[in-house]
Amino acid sequence: MCLAIPGKLIAIYQNAGLKMGQVDYDGTVSQVCLEYVPEIEIGQYTVVHAGFALSILDEEEAVKTLELWQELLAKADQLRDGSEPARRDDEPLP
Amino acid sequence: MSRYLDEFRDPAVARLMLDEITRLVTRPWVIMEVCGGQTHAIVRSGIDQLLPPHISLVHGPGCPVCVTPLEIIDQAIAIAKMPEVIFTSFGDMLRVPGSERDLLTARSEGGDVRIVYSPLDALQIARDNPSRQVVFLAIGFETTAPGNAMVVAQAASEGLRNFSILVCHVLVPPAMRALLDSPGNRVQGYLAAGHVCTVMGLAEYEAIAAGYRVPIVVTGLESNDILEGLLLLIRQLESGRHEVENQYARSVRPGGNPAARAMVDRVFMVKDQKWRGIGLMPASGLALREEFAAFDAAQRFAVAAMETHEAAECISGLVLQGLQRPDQCPAFGESCRPEHPLGATMVSSEGACAAYYRYKKL
Repeated sequence: MCLAIPGKLIAIYQNAGLKMGQVDYDGTVSQVCLEYVPEIEIGQYTVVHAGFALSILDEEEAVKTLELWQELLAKADQLRDGSEPARRDDEPLP
Repeated sequence: MSRYLDEFRDPAVARLMLDEITRLVTRPWVIMEVCGGQTHAIVRSGIDQLLPPHISLVHGPGCPVCVTPLEIIDQAIAIAKMPEVIFTSFGDMLRVPGSERDLLTARSEGGDVRIVYSPLDALQIARDNPSRQVVFLAIGFETTAPGNAMVVAQAASEGLRNFSILVCHVLVPPAMRALLDSPGNRVQGYLAAGHVCTVMGLAEYEAIAAGYRVPIVVTGLESNDILEGLLLLIRQLESGRHEVENQYARSVRPGGNPAARAMVDRVFMVKDQKWRGIGLMPASGLALREEFAAFDAAQRFAVAAMETHEAAECISGLVLQGLQRPDQCPAFGESCRPEHPLGATMVSSEGACAAYYRYKKL
């Protein structure tokens, strides 16, 4: 019931007065109600519970998270290589 | 961005987060993840094994199937056995033990019980079968309430007289409060459920964090989301802060989903609700508003009060409150297994006992 993985919107249609769409989960396609995300566009990813799309995943926010993680990784690599002075213990990661 | 999955599971990032958590921790902390999906991700990826020993993760009541009270299962079975009824439900609910039998048994005894993936499927069955009564078992948290509200509003606007729902909706923030209020509480910080907050937003959590001085990090469901959520929480705990932070900003906006919230509010009202294994909690559930009472299956089929019997050896109530781990139950893996569950926590794909049984080598 609580499908945790996001799906990609591949089609939009109307059924019985409701805005509906086809959402692709890596090859498995589901029929999903889009009434709660009326501004969604084909190609965007959505979180779906029990056949209802509840949010449009914000690509900008996702990229921000991933970039932060990559920065941390790069910083940790530098520290391991000794190319930067060792970090003090009380200094938080950026 | 591809699929929003693998990018959030990078093992090098996980290692980094674990190292940083280990570096930061100076004393024991007890943290609860509220969402059953997170419980599964934690046990599957082994996060609970990789964290420093000072940090105890306790699993919360975030499995909707697990906390649906026995009375509802018994009522569902009673309705499903009526000859005029087509009873529809998510598949998870069919094997949850009632007092004497489950819905699957009711089906083998002649009940017309059908699995659906969405309440809209149930509505379509009602349109297609005007001479039958179609009932949908409307359970779940804030994540399924918008869909269930929508089908009731839709049935009302179409004037469908053969559709109703058996409602058992539960709300997460009141349960988080009740757990903090309980005398045996050990929880010092919460990972809040990312998808519940996707619908409801953050407002309810501010009051809990401030009132109980407990940090809350709204967290996504991928393994690195959970590790980052834990890292943010540990930073707060170690520095004595108790704020609401949003790790899952790609899905959770501060105000949630306003359209979904408005529909839930139009169709449902807040009521005191009994949770299986935990008991009655004030203002922790939803009931249909008076104007939609015609769609209430419990009234339509007069199945209100029932005497129930819970399996004596099952400790799922303690598991749901984070007071015991699944593997501390003497029945775990013995008389209680997924193919013969004593409690709902062993049935559901979101139940803690099922997660332990599936992923842990015990």
